[in-house]
Amino acid sequence: MPSNKSVSEAPITQLLNCRILRDHRLQNEDLWVREGKILDPEKLFFDEQAYADNQVDCGGAIVAPGFIDVQINGGYGVDFSQASDDVSAGISLVAQKLLEHGVTSFCPTLVTSPPHIYHKVLPQIKVQDGGPHGAGVLGVHLEGPFISAKKKGAHPERFLRTFSGPDTVMADLMDVYGGLDNVALVTLAPELEGSRWAVSELCQRGVTVSLGHSVANLSQAEEAVRHGASFITHLFNAMLPFHHRDPGIVGLLTSEHIPAGRSVYYGMIADGIHTNPAALRIAHRAHPKGLVLVTDAIAAMGLGPGRHKLGQQDVQICGLHVYVAGTQTLSGSIATMDMCVRHFKHATGCRVEEALEAASLHPAQLLGISQSKGTLDFGSHADFVLLDDELNVKATFISGQEVWRKTTQEQQ
Amino acid sequence: MKLIILNDYDASSEWAAKYIRNKILLFKPGPDRFFTLGLPTGSTPLGCYKKLIEYYKKGEISFQYVKTFNMDEYVGLPRDHPESYHSFMWNNFFKHIDIRAENTHILDGNAADLQAECDAFEEKITAAGGIELFVGGIGPDGHIAFNEPGSSLASRTRVKTLARDTIVANARFFDGDLSKVPTMALTVGVGTVMDAKEVMILITGPHKAFALYKAIEDGVNHMWTVSAFQQHPQTVFVCDEDATLELRVKTVKYFKGMMHVHNKLVELPQDLEPKK
Repeated sequence: MPSNKSVSEAPITQLLNCRILRDHRLQNEDLWVREGKILDPEKLFFDEQAYADNQVDCGGAIVAPGFIDVQINGGYGVDFSQASDDVSAGISLVAQKLLEHGVTSFCPTLVTSPPHIYHKVLPQIKVQDGGPHGAGVLGVHLEGPFISAKKKGAHPERFLRTFSGPDTVMADLMDVYGGLDNVALVTLAPELEGSRWAVSELCQRGVTVSLGHSVANLSQAEEAVRHGASFITHLFNAMLPFHHRDPGIVGLLTSEHIPAGRSVYYGMIADGIHTNPAALRIAHRAHPKGLVLVTDAIAAMGLGPGRHKLGQQDVQICGLHVYVAGTQTLSGSIATMDMCVRHFKHATGCRVEEALEAASLHPAQLLGISQSKGTLDFGSHADFVLLDDELNVKATFISGQEVWRKTTQEQQ
Repeated sequence: MKLIILNDYDASSEWAAKYIRNKILLFKPGPDRFFTLGLPTGSTPLGCYKKLIEYYKKGEISFQYVKTFNMDEYVGLPRDHPESYHSFMWNNFFKHIDIRAENTHILDGNAADLQAECDAFEEKITAAGGIELFVGGIGPDGHIAFNEPGSSLASRTRVKTLARDTIVANARFFDGDLSKVPTMALTVGVGTVMDAKEVMILITGPHKAFALYKAIEDGVNHMWTVSAFQQHPQTVFVCDEDATLELRVKTVKYFKGMMHVHNKLVELPQDLEPKK
């Protein structure tokens, strides 16, 4: 049979019998993939007169862009904030395990730590593509140590830092972190002296800045946004509660002082514990397009109940709750991304499309990578998940390759 | 001529689709024997395409050995423009069935030499052995393809300037902005369609009633180009009740009286019915 695939000889895969998430709605369309990217079948038909080499029957599944988790501290016994000589082995283990939760890329997150930990751990975490070995690493999320002692949450107070002055913020950052290569996201408190300069410096270097663990009022938060900050770390958690005369960081969701053309995104731990469903609904209704689902999962995710180590501290697991050992302070979650998507949809009553985009499109937009990730648009990376109508993950694909599939045994 | 009168749009779409299905099946196409099908665009044939897709999905027909030739395409409209007839055919038919791209033919309205493109199209039809069944719709002014009133009934594939009526009617697809509507098109000629072994014309809705009257009850006239098919030995008009409003009672009764005969043409051929 003739084929003049004038663009490439690489095999073409056509996923049939599926509902794909494109342009904010599920559509009865096939998904075409070549060389790890999503292909425009109309161009293929008319320009190249070519056809699919393989067809995959999806059995009516939903096909959504792969999930992106921008805040995950570890899992399966691995704590990204623990110094070791083989950090990358831990990253690899978690990356591989995340595939079954539909996560195709993530930002390993380091909680507040002393400089020597950053210096040892950061050089060992590299941005890398996903594949059969595991989800891709988009860059590290550094949560702290430039945060407020008043809202430290589970972060150890003795390692918190402040900036020494407006001209020395870069030196302060480099002194603590050692370098910003492979860093995608930094969470800081905007009210700290010199913070606004740090926001500018980080943004200029392509690092996304998030506001969190903070007692900032709204005008301080807006000033940080004007300087380039674009994210809020786990909204409602570790910040001032909403007050009608000063709504604080929460007020960014409906602020009139966001520069034109910019958008503020906010992370939500939709595990049913860290945020009351009513609060989840308030945030979602106020600013649906900015909602980014994060797991904030810790090393205990994927493990059983008991005592575990998070950064430099011990934590206690009870059911789906994780506390700083011996206290009632929440210390991250053991939720998985697919669980958060399901809970978010259930709690807010939002459309399936919105729940899926909160775990894919929005985090990609936040990180400025939505031209290649977080969508099923033509030309995007073919990272996607197959889901049933209850949003259980059936299979995960990276660059068009199946990297995980639920076995019959697991289905029972 | 056969005039098939169905109750409504859906019934006429289904009848037409079943007729096409049976023509393909009875032709028994194969690698050395392609069925050649002429195809229209527009809102009238949409229901017919939907039914054909349904028959394909049920496994009743395949388009693997079918060659298609489209009637027309706008000049100068980008191929991937949502209103181009390339986009129409892709979205409403081709992407749903098993047809091979190399067996589909749509005039290229962006060709450097438009007349050469038209001549080549005629040659491709000839090389394919002519058209077995040409399916068409008509405009309220009785135009077939873009053969506007006054087109020669002997015309071949060529560049055609669109009539004011057509441009105004099409403005709804271009944000209601007349300046955005293409004013020229490439179209098969009346003569090109006349050469087909068989022609099927779909006509539905009261706004097409006068055109149907002109097509079958009045004389052959180049101001109503569809009337040319009065001289074609094998033409089927498929219409709904609304489209018959301007016809004589006698005409309607005569053809309705034959429906029990004509309906046999669309029964799934017995030897091809799925085994129970």
